[in-house]
Amino acid sequence: MSNSVHVYDARADHATVTAESPLAYSFQRSGMPASGEASGEASGEKSRAVIGERAFLGHLILRGGAIVLDEALREVLGVGLPGRPNSLTVDADGQRSVQWLSPDEWLLIVPGDETFGLETRLRAHLGGAHVAIVDVSAGQTLIELSGEAAHEVLMKSTVYDVDPHAFTVGKGVTTLFAKTNVILRRPDASRWELIVRRSFADYVYRWLLDAGEEYGIGVARESRHEPQ
Amino acid sequence: MFHIYCPYCEELREEEEFHPKGEAHIARPEEPEACSDEEWGDYLFFRDNPRGIHHEMWLHAVGCRKFFNITRNTVSYEILETYKMGEQPTVGAEHLAREEKTASVQAAEGGQQTVGASDAALASVKGAQA
Ligand SMILES: [Zn+2]
Repeated sequence: MSNSVHVYDARADHATVTAESPLAYSFQRSGMPASGEASGEASGEKSRAVIGERAFLGHLILRGGAIVLDEALREVLGVGLPGRPNSLTVDADGQRSVQWLSPDEWLLIVPGDETFGLETRLRAHLGGAHVAIVDVSAGQTLIELSGEAAHEVLMKSTVYDVDPHAFTVGKGVTTLFAKTNVILRRPDASRWELIVRRSFADYVYRWLLDAGEEYGIGVARESRHEPQ
Repeated sequence: MFHIYCPYCEELREEEEFHPKGEAHIARPEEPEACSDEEWGDYLFFRDNPRGIHHEMWLHAVGCRKFFNITRNTVSYEILETYKMGEQPTVGAEHLAREEKTASVQAAEGGQQTVGASDAALASVKGAQA
């Protein structure tokens, strides 16, 4: 068997087509209620829960043995694999993260323009090791939820225990969210991250608008990231 | 709604996240070509349906997506243990027999189902010893 794997830069940065975030159409169709922070006194009330989309990030699925992947990742990215189940490691500036998904599977999230270079360097470092690296960036998106009532919105939506004392910072799980799958994690004390399938992003967005209505949920304006 | 301990996630998770996948510890014949039709049919299609202790596979479908094993009492639905693929159960039919002997008063009052399970369990212990 050959070790040669064809790796493609799947990002459209240098293409002439404009990339649309998975929620672009949802924002248009379902609206983007103001989060109350930007508008301040004009809208009167401050949202107790705020949605933000972080689109166009690089999502890589790593599969294989923990030891060989951990070594390669430390070398290439300077971040180790989280060894404990349901845990999450975030690098110093909070831009890159690795999450345990199953005993032989991790989710690596990096800034979008780093994805291809990182995959190439990881493959070079891993050589013929028995691993798989799959770029799933186009298949899922990351939705952020913040605000003092963020966990209350989650409590209405998921069967997992999201009490902030039980779901501590650095934890991440795959679980059910409003009857669909979600990867739910807490990178720091102020934010929750939901990673959802692209095709379910609109559904989850509209669910959040509905579930968060009583908390005056709003959408952070800066969440309309354009690819650099 | 109840919780199941996933031996890979190492925590109790909501039952909704799991799917049952049938009887565990069924070994694939080493030489399928050498099997008679009856042996191959048994392997493919026929499953035990015990009253009492049952070892079965479950899948943590919305979670780590790993298969693992559960030892379950099919009468009370009680989950007695969960363990990883490739491991052997520590709880067998004799466990049930022992437990119900100590709780014999309750079992006697508890109706036919429980008593029946106890008999079945004792019978299979005898079977194992023979
Ligand atoms: Zn699990």
